[in-house]
Amino acid sequence: MKILICISKTPDTTAKIAFADNNTSFATDGVQWIINPYDEWYALVKAIELKEADPSIVLHLANVGGADTEPIIRKALALGGEEAFRVNTDNTDSFFVASQIAHLAKAGNYDLIFTGKETIDYNGASIGAMLSELLDVPFISHAVKLELNNNVATVTREIEGGEEINKLSLPAVISCQKGMAEQRIPNMKGIMGARSKPLHVSEPVEAAAYTSIVSFDLPPAKAGVKLIPADHPEELVRLLNEEAKAI
Amino acid sequence: MSVLIFVDIAEGKIKKASFEAANYGAAIANQMGTEAAAIVLGNCTEDLSMLGNYGISKVFHNTDSALNVFDAKVYAQAIADATEATTSNILIFSNTITGKALAPRVSVRLKAGLVSGAVALPDTSNGFVVRKSVFSGKAFASVAIQTDKKIISLNPNAFSITKSNNSATVETISLTIQPSTIELVSVNKITGDVPLGEADIVVSGGRGLKGPENWGLVTDLAQLLGAATACSRPVADIHWRPHHEHVGQTGLAIAPNLYIAIGISGAIQHLAGVNRSKTIVVINKDPEAPFFKAADYGIVGDAFEVVPKIIEAVKKLKGSV
Ligand SMILES: Cc1cc2nc3c(=O)[nH]c(=O)nc-3n(C[C@H](O)[C@H](O)[C@H](O)COP(=O)(O)OP(=O)(O)OC[C@H]3O[C@@H](n4cnc5c(N)ncnc54)[C@H](O)[C@@H]3O)c2cc1C
Ligand SMILES: Nc1ncnc2c1ncn2[C@@H]1O[C@H](COP(=O)(O)O)[C@@H](O)[C@H]1O
Repeated sequence: MKILICISKTPDTTAKIAFADNNTSFATDGVQWIINPYDEWYALVKAIELKEADPSIVLHLANVGGADTEPIIRKALALGGEEAFRVNTDNTDSFFVASQIAHLAKAGNYDLIFTGKETIDYNGASIGAMLSELLDVPFISHAVKLELNNNVATVTREIEGGEEINKLSLPAVISCQKGMAEQRIPNMKGIMGARSKPLHVSEPVEAAAYTSIVSFDLPPAKAGVKLIPADHPEELVRLLNEEAKAI
Repeated sequence: MSVLIFVDIAEGKIKKASFEAANYGAAIANQMGTEAAAIVLGNCTEDLSMLGNYGISKVFHNTDSALNVFDAKVYAQAIADATEATTSNILIFSNTITGKALAPRVSVRLKAGLVSGAVALPDTSNGFVVRKSVFSGKAFASVAIQTDKKIISLNPNAFSITKSNNSATVETISLTIQPSTIELVSVNKITGDVPLGEADIVVSGGRGLKGPENWGLVTDLAQLLGAATACSRPVADIHWRPHHEHVGQTGLAIAPNLYIAIGISGAIQHLAGVNRSKTIVVINKDPEAPFFKAADYGIVGDAFEVVPKIIEAVKKLKGSV
């Protein structure tokens, strides 16, 4: 069994969101980069757990990004990825990125492909589903639990207002979210070992970009909080009713 | 050339987010001088002609029994088929769990650029540019779609509905429906509750509530207001509340009309999931809690004293109307 885990680089969750170049690019000054939390905590750690249960499983990582992504790829290797593939390009269009991963996936013949449910910077929630269409395999999104029995996966996924259990034969693409696994911290042995694990770099294959970012902007600042004295909470209810027309 | 809206059904009923998508699609059709049609897959117990109220002129319906189990692959093919059969060139989804599984697949099938998480009508003055939420609600990006066919998935609660008295014609459409390879083993609906992602009002509790035994404060207020309940991440992590209630950067991102946060500090990762709410109320005993900076209304006080009084005041208000 071969599993491919798609990992992307995002600004740390506390990073200040600001824009440069006349609001056309994200201001990266002083920003700490992390593995997108859904990719790390849920997709990657779940894959590691599957391998712990069945050591014959092979764990490969896929990333589409520039050389500055390598530190986060090494971290993913330190956590438990065995071999990584980076497609060297900064293009961020979802279809372009999905096409690159699809190319890697076809070459590696994977049984299972994991993505995070979405990136916390672009919030596309698109690449997993695109990949499944490019590979013509089933897609289960928002998975919170997964069990493998040879070639059959039993997946619990979130639906609006509840959960649903699906059963399917692999290959498949599955997008992972909270519930799949718990966050882990790489240990020293993992960190040392990661340095010598293979990280293959390839140039992108030709693919179209369907979209492009024109500009960014920030939401208008809040006018400021209106404080209501703690001994008159009924005043809050009146304001919500008459002023905000919210209840 | 026309606009086609995917109208999502759950248990035979049209989802609220789909009414927004329908009305949004109709507004785009109006902007482009064309008509808006809807595609409905699977059994629906509602009268679909009422989608006319939301600006839809034609509804295409397919009730193949294979569609009663959701399989993104099967649905995507059916929707791509419907897009071609109706010669539509703009396709609208709502950016819900279902929409997120479908829109990207259809995008690949139709070679149509996708913008997901849209928050406004497209700007067509120079190309076709859609404003979307990025950085988990902390910013917006304007994204140009370069392909001829275009797909937008609209964030729930981002577009306010304008209703009319029009009625839509309903037609059966024949589509290629592949057999599904996914077996539905079971569905576990949390019944009676308002689904969090679609709720107009959300009442949310944090670690300040001290323990699960105190959650009556949150659930009683929510019930009175017809609201959904939510919580901060540590509250879900220590199992005071179920995981699906966790909102924030690593939980669900929501944008209700009213968000009431009780005993939540307002960490940046929490705010990322709730800052698109229209009105934010914060109840916290610490005047320095960062949440007050993101709030519209606030009470600095002890939740255990303040919330019961709010509940009484809401009861009074509801009784008087
Ligand atoms: C990578 C990453 C991702 C994260 N993602 C999320 C996320 O998605 N969602 C999320 O919520 N968090 C997330 N967090 C955690 C986040 O940083 C905070 O730790 C968390 O939101 C704090 O939860 P809280 O406000 O309930 O608890 P606390 O920070 O402990 O705050 C409790 C608050 O209750 C108040 N209080 C105490 N007693 C009372 C009382 N009697 N009456 C009124 N108020 C009272 C206190 O003044 C305090 O402000 C993430 C963290 C990281 C590092
Ligand atoms: N550049 C990338 N390289 C590898 N995987 C990616 C990349 N971008 C996104 N992904 C994967 O696709 C998922 C969804 O991303 P998105 O559609 O951008 O929200 C992420 O959680 C990752 O698992």
